[in-house]
Amino acid sequence: MSTAIIEKVKAQFPDEVVDTDEFRGDTTIIIRPEKITEICTLLRDDPETGFRYLSSISAVDYQPASPRYAVVYHLYSHGSHQRVALKACCADDEAPSIPSVVSVWNTANWHERECYDLMGIKFVGHPDLRRILTPAECEGYYPLRKDYPVRGY
Amino acid sequence: MNSAETSPRTETMLLNLGPQHPSTHGVLRVWLELDGEIIVNADPDIGYLHRGIEKMCENRTYHQCLPLTNRVDYLAGEMNNFGYVLAVEKLLGVEVPKRAQYIRVIMAELTRIASHLFWLGTSGHDLGAMTPLFYAFREREQIMDLCELAWGGRLFPCYFRIGGLAADLPNGFEKIALDFVKSFPKKWKDYDNLLTKNRIWIARTKDVGVMTPDEVLDWGWSGPMARGSGVDWDLRRDNPYSSYEDFDFVVPLGKNGDTYDRYLVRMQEMLQSARIVQQALEKLPPGDVNVDDPRVALPPKEKVYKNIESLINHFLIIEEGIKPPAGEVYQAIEATKGELGFYIISDGSAHPFRVKIRAPSFVNLSAVPKLAKGRLLSDLIAIIGTVDIVLADVDR
Repeated sequence: MSTAIIEKVKAQFPDEVVDTDEFRGDTTIIIRPEKITEICTLLRDDPETGFRYLSSISAVDYQPASPRYAVVYHLYSHGSHQRVALKACCADDEAPSIPSVVSVWNTANWHERECYDLMGIKFVGHPDLRRILTPAECEGYYPLRKDYPVRGY
Repeated sequence: MNSAETSPRTETMLLNLGPQHPSTHGVLRVWLELDGEIIVNADPDIGYLHRGIEKMCENRTYHQCLPLTNRVDYLAGEMNNFGYVLAVEKLLGVEVPKRAQYIRVIMAELTRIASHLFWLGTSGHDLGAMTPLFYAFREREQIMDLCELAWGGRLFPCYFRIGGLAADLPNGFEKIALDFVKSFPKKWKDYDNLLTKNRIWIARTKDVGVMTPDEVLDWGWSGPMARGSGVDWDLRRDNPYSSYEDFDFVVPLGKNGDTYDRYLVRMQEMLQSARIVQQALEKLPPGDVNVDDPRVALPPKEKVYKNIESLINHFLIIEEGIKPPAGEVYQAIEATKGELGFYIISDGSAHPFRVKIRAPSFVNLSAVPKLAKGRLLSDLIAIIGTVDIVLADVDR
């Protein structure tokens, strides 16, 4: 099944799939960030894949590697009870950004706000990109980044 | 005559609900824009309990993260430990012995009953039903006693360890637990009598906070929130973990997706959990409760005292911690409030590179503004109650 998903994405978006990864039964498709909205729409609407449910969006900081930031989408299908993860690395290490998927799933709204709040990733096209967990005054500080100290700032 | 001439004021009013308000179940603040008593806009302001648990995990060993995870949803600490240890075990590629799996199921399902009882008591209380709280806490206290028996504490267990359990069940636990789950359906009837046909309860909850199955998927709802709308999905059945496939249980479903149906679903879930606990206790297999792998689980104490190799293994796990191979896993469990997911990235060192907690309360709460729009202010209290949020779970 997981190869079928990968093939489907590859067939529709041949230039977008960078790599795939299989670890302990978890499938991750590494993609370019530009067409994330279209890829998510395909996976959601295609009756064979049917990933109509977005579990979570996580942001990862790979400092000192470049590209530094990655955004990971965990999708679930209620039909096949399968999961797939999409991982997209943001091109710019200084001002990371990626298109928003709020138009695909409403639940992405708060997940993306959390990623913006804690990791400083800008979601282009998000209707209401504000900080969510930390106070609004923390302008410029993103606590989950690896260069943010654990104590005493 | 238009309405502007007749009504003295036409602008909307801003109202602050919380952060300290009994109905917000912790420290939740909701910015409300009201037109009279009708909600025009609701904007939850969260983060008052943000402790940076994900960040703290990155600077601790895998074992040291355990006490942090059970503080995520403090009403079901066991569940958070459960998700975390399963994720780390998946990363390590180990499976704990059958006995440990069964004991985990027993404790997790007891926690589910305790958490649902807490929800029943408090959300009933929010809507003016004082009595269910006392009945619910009567049984919850019995579960807390069982917890104390098993690990010596009430809310923050750390009883599940990576590779097994902190210890086997104490003598006498099985009998007390069995007595409890056998008597539970009778006590459950008390809550049922108080609320299910209560006219005030029905008036406050029917057709309030309605979600269609499509909206449930769109808003990422899971657990009893999704099942209240008839979405037939339970991770214990559909993606079984920890031997859930060995137990016979029904996944209760609602029809209308309103607050009342979610109440019915949670009520039935308590009975099903009691059934699972009973089956697990009756079928509890003998054997060890820890994996026999010195790199993962602490060796038994008697071996540590008598055997130099075990002493070294013990020392290494405490000093250095366990080192899973580099890779990333996502492990979700059916927690009391919905899908609880742990996304852990390992770089091969003794500290997790990244731990992401997919908290069900956070996702479930995000749909509240949608449900509140156009409803009465008093309905918002019912909606916040039905979401069964724990703010520590929302904020992490």
